[in-house]
Formats: sequence, C-alpha cells, structure tokens
Amino acid sequence: MTDPLLRLRNLTVEYRAGRRWTPAVRDASLHVEPGEFVSLVGESGSGKTTLVQAALGLLPPAARQSSGTVQYSDVDVTGWSDRRMALVRGNYVGFIPQDPNTSLNPVKKIGQQVIEAVKFNETKRRDAAAWRDAALESLRTAGLADAERVFAQYPHELSGGMKQRALIAIALAGKPKLILADEPTSALDVTVQRRILDHLASLREELGIGILLVTHDLGVALDRSDRIAVMQGGLIVEEGPTARIIEDAADPYTRRLLDAAPSRHTGRLEPATGTRPEDDSIVLRAKGIAKTYRLRGRGRRELRALDGVDLAVRRGTTHAIVGESGAGKSTLARILVGFDAPDRTPEPGTVHLGDRELTGLGHKALREVRRDLQFVFQNPFTSLDPRFTVERIIAEPLRALQIPGDRRARVVQLLEAVALDESHLGRLPAELSGGQRQRVAIARALAPNPDVLVLDEAVSALDVSVQAQILRLLVDLQGEFGLAYVFVTHDLGVVRLIADDVTVMREGAVVESGPAAAVLAAPEADYTRELLAAVPGTRPATVR
Amino acid sequence: MLRYAALKTGRALFVVWAAFTLTFVLLFVLPANPEDLLFDPAELNTIPPEVREQVAANYGFDEPVLVQYFERLGRALAGDFGNSVQSGKPVTEAVLGVLPNTLLLSAGALALAALIAYGIALTATSTRRPWLRNLVESLPSAAVSVPVFLSGILLLQVFAFKLGWFPAFGSDGPASLVLPLVTLAVPVSGPIAQLLVRRFTAELESGYVTTSRAKGATREQIVTGDVFRNASLPALTITGITFGNLIAGSVITETVFAREGVGRLTQTAINTLDVPLVQGIVVLVAASFAFINLAVDLVYPLLDPRLRATLALEAR
Repeated sequence: MTDPLLRLRNLTVEYRAGRRWTPAVRDASLHVEPGEFVSLVGESGSGKTTLVQAALGLLPPAARQSSGTVQYSDVDVTGWSDRRMALVRGNYVGFIPQDPNTSLNPVKKIGQQVIEAVKFNETKRRDAAAWRDAALESLRTAGLADAERVFAQYPHELSGGMKQRALIAIALAGKPKLILADEPTSALDVTVQRRILDHLASLREELGIGILLVTHDLGVALDRSDRIAVMQGGLIVEEGPTARIIEDAADPYTRRLLDAAPSRHTGRLEPATGTRPEDDSIVLRAKGIAKTYRLRGRGRRELRALDGVDLAVRRGTTHAIVGESGAGKSTLARILVGFDAPDRTPEPGTVHLGDRELTGLGHKALREVRRDLQFVFQNPFTSLDPRFTVERIIAEPLRALQIPGDRRARVVQLLEAVALDESHLGRLPAELSGGQRQRVAIARALAPNPDVLVLDEAVSALDVSVQAQILRLLVDLQGEFGLAYVFVTHDLGVVRLIADDVTVMREGAVVESGPAAAVLAAPEADYTRELLAAVPGTRPATVR
Repeated sequence: MLRYAALKTGRALFVVWAAFTLTFVLLFVLPANPEDLLFDPAELNTIPPEVREQVAANYGFDEPVLVQYFERLGRALAGDFGNSVQSGKPVTEAVLGVLPNTLLLSAGALALAALIAYGIALTATSTRRPWLRNLVESLPSAAVSVPVFLSGILLLQVFAFKLGWFPAFGSDGPASLVLPLVTLAVPVSGPIAQLLVRRFTAELESGYVTTSRAKGATREQIVTGDVFRNASLPALTITGITFGNLIAGSVITETVFAREGVGRLTQTAINTLDVPLVQGIVVLVAASFAFINLAVDLVYPLLDPRLRATLALEAR
C-alpha cells in the first residue's frame, strides 16, 4: 500500500504565553489519501488553523511543534528548515487561505502573482511566453473562464469570489498533489461559496489531488467530504467517513455540532415559556424606501442601494431579511431605526412604528422612539465599549433615555433574562466570550423595554454552537416579552429556525416576501431557490 | 489623473505664495519703520532723517502697503527679490550661488538616511535573534534624540582632529562632504527607520505574505518581491516631509562645519537683518520643499494601482 499524501502523527503544537507554553494542538493524528476530500471541522480556537500551519511549516514565531511528525508521502519533513520547506510548499502541497481580500498582494497584477507561483516550483528555465501560458492555464483550471482579462487586473478590480479563484489558481500553479484549504469560503456569499467548493471537489476528481478542507461549518463538510475529523480544544475528538458521522457520531461534541447546524432543523424553534400572540397587527411598517448614495467625484455617479422596498413586521413575530452582500439589507435595517434617512425624492419613503412616523424626525423625537425600537449590531467584538463594565454598558440606554427606577436592579434583571448573572456586572468586554458579549449587547437593547428589536447579522460572527444558544435565547425572549424582531441575515438556515415572515432581497429590491414556512418550502423566485440550494449541509440528507 | 495633478500643483503653488505673503507681512508690514532694519542698530540714532527718507523711497517703503506688496510679488514672480542689503548683490544670485551646495548636502543626507533606515528595518525584521532585534529597534529613537550640533562636534573631534581622516572645515572636494552628511543624515533617519520597521513588521504578517510562502517563496524572495515595495509606500510621504527638516538642519550643520550653503547664508542674513535676503531664502526654500512634496504626490499613483483606480473613478 502506498503512503498517504499527508500524514500527521501525534502532533503537538504549543504557543508561548508569557513564560509558559500552552498547547493549541494536542496529540493530533490525521492523514489524507490521494484523491480524497477530508474536512477538519472545529470552532474558533479549536486549533484547526494551527494544525494546518504546522503541516505547512508556517507556524508563527510564538509557536513550536513540541512532538509528533509531519510526513508527505514517504518523506518525513519534521524539523525541516524554512528553506527546505519552501521546496515542498507550492510544489507538493498547495494552500488556499481564508480571506481572499487580504491574501493577494494589492500592488501586483494577478498574472504576475500566478507566474511567481509557477516559477518558484519549476526547475527548468523557460521563456516569458511559457510562464504566461502556464499561469493562464492555471487560472482557467481554477474556473476563471476569462483568464486573459483577470491576468492583467489588480486584486482590487475583482470580486471576492474571483479573488478566491485566483488564489486557487496560485495554489494549483505548482502542480501540487495535495491542497490544504483554510476556511476558503467563510468570507464569501453562500452562492459563491457553493460554486467555489463544488469547483474544488471537481478538481479532486479531474486531477486526482487530495484536499484537506478546514472549516467551522459542519454543513460545508457534510456536503462534500469523504471523511471528517472533528477538533475541539486542540484534540481531534472524532474521525471517520461522513456517512458514519451523520448516522452514528460517537463523541458528544460532534453530536452537539450536528444538532447546532441550522440546516439540520426543519421547523421554527418554539419558546420555552409564554405563548406567541395570535395578533396580526403591524408594529413596524416601511413603505417605498429608496436610498441612493452619491459617489464622490465629478461624474455625479450614483449607487442605488435600495429601490422602493416595502416591509411589514407583525407584533410579536420575527421578520427575517435575507440576501447576499450588496443586497441592501443592512441599509434597510439602518433606515428602519432612523440611523439613516431614506430618499425624499421622487416619493418620500416612510417608516412607521405603530402609528408614529419615524422618517423626518429630529434627534430629540427619535430618542423618544428609541425606547420602543432598539438595534443589535453584527460584531459583538466591536460594538461594546472596551473600557465600560458590563453594568455600565447595559445601564447606558437607561441613563441616556432617562428611564426612572433602580438601575442596578434592572441591569441584574436584564442579565438574568439573557442567561447571565450578577457575577458579570463588573467585567469588561475583553473578559467575555463572543457569545457572552452578544448576550450583553442584547441585554443592552432590551433595557428600555422595546417593542421591536432590529438585529443586523447578530449571530454571524459567532460559532455554530454559540449561534444556536443565542437563537434559542432570542426565541425565548420573544415568547416572554412579546418582542418583534427584524432579523437581518445572509444565512437561510438561520431563517428557518427563527422567522415567521421572510423577505428575500437582491441588489436593493425585494425578490420575494411572505410567510417563512411557505417561502422556504415552495419558493417562487429563481433567486430564492438558488439561495436555498446553496445552504450548506442540505445535500447529504437528500443524496444519501 | 490630470485633475489630481492639477490639484496637487495648485496646492504647491499656494504654499509658495503663502510663504511669500507671510514673510512680506512679517518683514515689511509689522515693523513700524521697515527701513530701520536696513541700518546697523548701533548707528541707528545717528542717521539723519533725510537719509532715512531717501533709503525708504529707494526701497519703496513710502508707498501704500498693498502697492508695495504687488510690486514685490510681481518682481518675485520674475525671479527678482531685490538686492541684498549687506552685499548689494541681487538676492536671487546670492541664493542660487550657494543652493547647489546645500542641495547636494540635503539630497546626499536623504539618501544616506534612507540607506540607514532600510538597513535598520531589514536587520530588525530578518533577524531571528530577539536581542539583536531589540537593539536595532532602539536605534531610531537614539538617532533622533542626539542633537545635530552635538553629534557634529563629536564627529569633528574624532574623525577630523584625532584621526585626521576628513577635513574639518570648508566645502571643497567630496571628502569635506562626508562628516556633514553623516551629521545631518543620522537624526533624519530616525523617523523613517521607525516607520519602516513598523511597516515591514505589519506587511510580513499580512495575508498575501502567507500566500507567497505557500507558493514556495523563501523569506528573501518575499522581502524583495512583495514586502519591500508595499512597506516603502508610506515611507515615501514621510521622506518628502523630512526634506524640510533637512534644510532646517543644514543651518546648524553648515555653521558647525563652516560650509558654504543656504543654511549659512540664512544665518548670516538673520544676524545682519538682511530683510530682502531672508525673504528670498524663505521663498526659495518653500519652493523646493513644495516641489519635492509635489514630486512625491505625483509618483505615488504610479507605484500604487489602488490609488490610480480611485483617481480614475473620480475623474469619470
């Protein structure tokens, strides 16, 4: 039997923290056979990226590989110098990085960057035309049909998906036998993600290369992998063929991940307590919202972010707004709460909260409205003041809106509502996990006792298992306080879990709108169907 | 692109005009009797009023301020800043006579400073020994904190008097340039080096470097092929601004080393209250400063395609 393309044996990697070394990867063993698609799944901090870095010999200076071996085919590269590893990288093993937007040199043309990748891994000397042809071929293999044009462009002239394909071309340029991909699609839209991953899977079939895909998204892994390894806290806790993992996961953590994946659920979550109102009155209504941004410069170029959008949110229900980047969903959310104003021409768009009109209100009047209408931001790592304690963060709306009463008691009550407790009062955001921070952000939004909460991608920055907890919390809070949510997301899987109504947006316009169950079960628009098909983790259920 | 160039050129012209106007206000308008400045303060009280009036008329001080201003501006545009009070020679001639000396010194010092800065940045980012990195990284702040007159005198003591390698004074031959060059370059290299070290470190940690390493590039190939250019872009801006410091620094350097040059000329002009000469120097220095920064601004889009794209978008 031949050796696998990559074999990691009992790999341990440690990071220096002060004077001590703390392990990030512990005793991990993994192998990838020729033509095999293996996924390494884990949440942030599980050590999956460190494992890939160790395999490539690209560990940061603060890390060391303290034991174990890295073997490519029959060559043990453990302890190789950087210079020797440079011969392996690109040539034998290609790497596709996480964020296409920062992973290309911004001041060099794509063609030049691909040519370098060819040159570094070629022993023969060839002329410029031959390099060029090789680079163009690599770009075509990566799925860029218009390779000549891309060749002469700079990274900033390409979309995220095209940049990622250029990076795939770079990884393929050295004709490697194995490709390591570290979250190659997490910065991309779902439909683009699907196309890129399908392309990767097809490359494996065409070129017979092995692929190790690192991802936080179990759904992505389930769709395409031959084998899956699950990582938690630096340990590989489970490893096996995909079908076995789905049917019979041995490790409790794997089962939890499976349960947390939004696509594994079929219906909406129900609140633990309270009943959902059978009240169809509209609490928030937007009509004819348009927003045009004027771009700087002489030409008076305009960008139409929103074009005549209507939205109606029923009391005590969740209305999800779904779309890919550039759909205008965040702009709409900001207009709903009065952060931005809609266009006044040709016809003024309006936003009504109950029977109060929001559009055109001054700062003071808007402040009054904010008692009933609150906003939760996408990123809990930047939306909390790092120098404020949790108590001060949550109490801030109470102070700003001059709500009377015992503030500390109210803050404790709010903390309990979001499943935190008094012990968190004096903490700083830096001392909290991502999920805890988002809980604090939700508690802050709940402080003035609003009717409506607008959540802009509120769970997108969180790990799936944390995401599931926050969604659960939101549903429970809705049952308890009769809140209405406007839930902006790019993830249709999440919509299924939480939404009563859904509005699908694309390029500033509404594509489809209606009850969530109906839209998801039988979408009318082609675009909605495309989005649904792109949700990761939906295929094994139908195929296998 | 044309609009950008026009805008930057306009800004440069404005700087020169503002320098002219400001010196005019300071030197010709604010003093109660500007002609007083033309005489030796010790003899001021012994000069008969008729003589003073005649001198004032000669220089046009009896006319309204605005008329004086536009007359001087008109003549300055033609390159005529009047005559030096002390020597009687035209100001332009006096300044242009010593300008090449100073330009040679400043340009040389700038080149040397850049060399030192790159040396520091490359050593700091490529070494694997932490102690060496720390040592090298502390050099920029040390370089800035040593005043020019002190390091100049120190260099003179050691290399001119003790060792006798280089001449101590004068401006003849390339050997006389070495010590002033080093004196001037060291403090100027500090900020550039500091910026470069920061940029090199940041660029080496960026995503595209990982991509390059995964391509199979060695560390040297990455530094020369990717990082060098990207890290240098911000340094270009600071280099343009630094040029102003160099001209200011040349006043001291040229005095310490007794070299002919704009710096020394400035010092003499101020000591002797040679008003037209001071104005001429200020305007010419402002012009060369504005020119260097204009050149930096115009070169920038050629080096950075992203900026080029923004400009093209604005022009559309």
